[in-house]
Amino acid sequence: MLILLCAFGLVALLLPFLVKKLGTKAFVVGAIPAVLAFGQAVMVAPDVLDGSPVAERTPWVPQLGLTLDLRMDSLSWLMTLVVTGVGALVLVYCVKYFEDDEPGLGRFAAILTAFAGSMYGLVLADDVYLLFVFWELTTVFSYLLVGHNTGRRASRAAALQALLVTTLGGLAMLVGFVLLATESGTSNLTAIIETAPTGQLTTVAIMLVLVGVVTKSAIVPFHFWLPGAMAAPTPVSAYLHAAAMVKAGIYLLARLAPGFADTPGWHEVLVTLGVVTMLIGGWRAIRETDLKLLLAYGTVGQLGFLAVVVGFGTRDTALAGLALLVAHALFKSTLFLTVGVIDHRAGTRDLRRLSGLGRRAPVLAVTGILAAASMAGIPPLFGFVAKEAVLTSLQEAGEAGDVWGWIALVGVALGSVLTMAYATRFVWGAFSSKPGVEKVKVLREQPSFILAPVVLGAAGLAAGLFSSAIDGLIAPAADALPSEGEKPYHLALWHGIEPALLISAGTILGGLLVFWLRRRQEAPAGTESPRRTMAADAYRGTLRTTDRFAALVTSTTQRGSLPFYLAIILIVLLASAGAALVRVQNWPDEILPWDSPYQVVIGAVMMVAAVAATFAAKRFQAVVLVGVTGFGMAVLFAMHGAPDLALTQTLVELVTLVAFVLVLRRLPARLGEQNGSQFRVGRAVLGGAVGILMAVVAVVALGARTAQPISIAFPELAVTGGEGYNVVNVTLVDIRGWDTMGELSVLIAAATGVASLVFISSRSDRMPEFARRSGRGISGLRSRGGDSVDDMRNPWLLAGRTLAPRNRSILLEVVVRLVFHVLIVISLYLLIAGHNAPGGGFAGGLVVGLALVARYLAAGRIELAAAAPVNAGALLGSGLIFAVGTAAVPLFFGADALTSTVFQADFGPFGGIKFVTSTFFDIGVYLVVIGLVLDVLRSLGGEVDRQQDEEEGEDSPLSPHPNEPVRQKETTA
Amino acid sequence: MSVSLALLVTMAVLYACGVYLLLEKSMTRVILGFLLIGNATNILLLIMSGRPGAAPIVDGETDPSEFADPLPQALILTAIVITFAVSAFLMALVYRSWRLAREDVLVVDPDDVNLLTSGGAESETPVADEDDTEFGTRADAAVEGAVDLDAPTTAAQPGEKMPEDQPMGPGGAPHPVRDGGGEK
Repeated sequence: MLILLCAFGLVALLLPFLVKKLGTKAFVVGAIPAVLAFGQAVMVAPDVLDGSPVAERTPWVPQLGLTLDLRMDSLSWLMTLVVTGVGALVLVYCVKYFEDDEPGLGRFAAILTAFAGSMYGLVLADDVYLLFVFWELTTVFSYLLVGHNTGRRASRAAALQALLVTTLGGLAMLVGFVLLATESGTSNLTAIIETAPTGQLTTVAIMLVLVGVVTKSAIVPFHFWLPGAMAAPTPVSAYLHAAAMVKAGIYLLARLAPGFADTPGWHEVLVTLGVVTMLIGGWRAIRETDLKLLLAYGTVGQLGFLAVVVGFGTRDTALAGLALLVAHALFKSTLFLTVGVIDHRAGTRDLRRLSGLGRRAPVLAVTGILAAASMAGIPPLFGFVAKEAVLTSLQEAGEAGDVWGWIALVGVALGSVLTMAYATRFVWGAFSSKPGVEKVKVLREQPSFILAPVVLGAAGLAAGLFSSAIDGLIAPAADALPSEGEKPYHLALWHGIEPALLISAGTILGGLLVFWLRRRQEAPAGTESPRRTMAADAYRGTLRTTDRFAALVTSTTQRGSLPFYLAIILIVLLASAGAALVRVQNWPDEILPWDSPYQVVIGAVMMVAAVAATFAAKRFQAVVLVGVTGFGMAVLFAMHGAPDLALTQTLVELVTLVAFVLVLRRLPARLGEQNGSQFRVGRAVLGGAVGILMAVVAVVALGARTAQPISIAFPELAVTGGEGYNVVNVTLVDIRGWDTMGELSVLIAAATGVASLVFISSRSDRMPEFARRSGRGISGLRSRGGDSVDDMRNPWLLAGRTLAPRNRSILLEVVVRLVFHVLIVISLYLLIAGHNAPGGGFAGGLVVGLALVARYLAAGRIELAAAAPVNAGALLGSGLIFAVGTAAVPLFFGADALTSTVFQADFGPFGGIKFVTSTFFDIGVYLVVIGLVLDVLRSLGGEVDRQQDEEEGEDSPLSPHPNEPVRQKETTA
Repeated sequence: MSVSLALLVTMAVLYACGVYLLLEKSMTRVILGFLLIGNATNILLLIMSGRPGAAPIVDGETDPSEFADPLPQALILTAIVITFAVSAFLMALVYRSWRLAREDVLVVDPDDVNLLTSGGAESETPVADEDDTEFGTRADAAVEGAVDLDAPTTAAQPGEKMPEDQPMGPGGAPHPVRDGGGEK
């Protein structure tokens, strides 16, 4: 059975391709798994009906106790025959129903097959969670099938409605299943029913499961989705909404009834809702003019009927209910398929515009009439046999003292009157000749198209004629329930003159009368009032309310103000962390006033600077004040015994300052002039609270540090494992190299982000061409005020003359010329020595960055291009390659990633060389940091310059064509 | 372990000033607040690392037990550089905002505000079905007055209401069912 399930899935996956190749003929392929499953069920029939179910058990997620439990007992067997038999016929029917050019046909075929597979799984599943999975699969596939016509609003909305309603029920059912599984200690369905726990919790669980049942099977008050789902193509309606999916709920009732039919509320709920549904469905059906909607409401009514009988919970009602279920599957799918043929042929399903079809399509008409007669319960069809069984069994239950038996009997009898009425109305509407309506055109019936309905219709007739034989197939499934009467009921065409037969005759006559009355007040086409129902209005109202509520919640929490959100986050932080702090036990041993008196001085300076920064009205002022705190940090680090940190902090602070200045020069000098600061007091309170909270957190966290620090072993590890003496550096490139690797990716992402935010079109900054030409290229360019004397001299910096004289500082150019190379050498020293002394890739890279900053500040972006004639992206990339390479290469030698290796060479009297491979990692860091600074300079420096030039409408030295000499201008200096 | 009050107070003040600035509307101040909070957090890490000590560089003379804890130092070093990268990114954001919108303050998102008045989007709910056929004039032998599903007005522009005047069937007769469907 599991293999067959897989076959459904496999064929479904192949179908989109097959449909492209074969067109609609591919549906035949889609029917193969269903035929195989049907055949398998027929083959195991003797065993199953004999009382020995076929079971398969495959572990699925053992950690969660989930298993693929499949079990075919007599009930599952019956359902398998229905879902696979009807499924195969409907798929064959699709061959003629659709055209090859139908949009989305491949998807449709695949989903319909997959649906058949999940329905097959649903009736076989012997684990409540597996059952739930298939249950929801049918819901999702049903959504996709109803929404097949994606371009139409009616189709989409109907699909969504069906999805929402059935999913709601499915979720309730899941909760019920979880409760049931907990109560009985197993998720195995058979075991749960055998255990049949009782008690309040079980009652709740069963009620939740019933919510799933009534939504899936379109019982009041959730019946409205089924008529809506008629927006689906007719084969879908025939299969999902008549034979298979809506029966899932009924199947579950039949499955649970042996264990839970005596649960308090079960009877009351099912009989009440079932009878109401049957009456509402029948009443709506006799008012419809669209044949398909007529059938849809008829189905609603029949589902109510089934719920009453199957849920009733005696052996005889179960037999009657299952017979009715089979009968309904046969006649209702026949009727839907017949309507599909009519629509395909005549282009309408409006019964007021169809006339003379009976004469012109005799085979179809006979099929339709047989099916309708079965629906109405007219002998000798199977529908009649089933109805007789229902009436007798309910009457027996009533006689046995169950008042609900009488209620159900009366309700079902009234419902049957309506059923007879709409069955008659269907036959009259579809096939009769109506005066004043043009008759349908002559057209030969296609045998292959009407094959499926004819087979299904004939099956209904045959089952009726041989109902005594059919009894042997259905009765085993009902025998799970205790028999109440002296001798068990058997299906038969003739039981003699008994009350049920009289009731049947009465309902038939009553139905004809109702039909006649309705016929008299039939309104002419086009004047009917809009169809509205309370349940559908409730659905619409619920959706609207949900939408509005969502909008309300969103608009109250999402005020569009980022500071507001931040404040909320901080308040939550205060509340949660503060609440946790109340219960703290660990406080540090002592609080010292200071580590050294200098700390107080530095701290005071930093605090003053920070507070002043909050009051600063000018941007530069504020930036410099924040910078003061940064330099203060460097001093604190140095005093703490962290020279690497002090070095890096100082360098970063310098670069940050430059970057800030580069951006701020384009912004107005004063801060917040248009919108002055708001909520000063509130923000100050919040800030103060956060500050105090963090101080307390720090104290508590330090107090909690009682274990031996992990870093005790680091100095030893650094020397023996990393071959370096600077423990911090070895930590970065070796001991905790993966941290650094992560950091490098952040740096690269940030650098790329900066460049892509500033460069509008592309990152390549129009410089490389020029940079390669180096000095000669630059000498071809003149400054805007280029004067001849300057031209003759050798410049201190290559691009100095591209600046306007007023922007130049010869002093700066000279200094930069002198220190640039020194800085580069220092950076290399820091890089190489960093393994054993303060320094390393970060510090080295930042020094190069500062050297580049100096070149840029002295002579502009062209100078920057000349100083760093490489693409920043290339630097970032090669840096990452170095780092990843260092991590990955050891893997090829069987070592762990990032393992360091030492190479030593002794040159005798000239000394020796010791090289550690983790230096490559540091080189990677070095390159990435240079790339980051270069990207920042090119973006916030060079590109911003260029954009400024563009905005001011002046010719920048390099645009539009860098290689052409810029025309001279009068100096403005 | 013991804690230095001087560091603790400095950290608290930096956090407080940072948060104060972070809640500003001016983007420049927001970045400054971010930098202050970054510094404060580095002090937090520094406090966590315990007592100050010798620089953790093995030189054969200092006893490793006198070293300042090297692990938090490595973490802080990483944090310093990342703070720089992120603040550079923030600066680029400010510049971009200024260049495109001439704005360096955080504005209230108008879409969010509109939501309050507009009530937001609405889900599609079923409309009274307008067609009684899937084939219409494409059927094998369509009845007179069958719906032309391919006609532009009926090829259902999603969400559109049906037009008041009815499309003509092939026989020239207005489609009757639509009369009901169109006016709702």
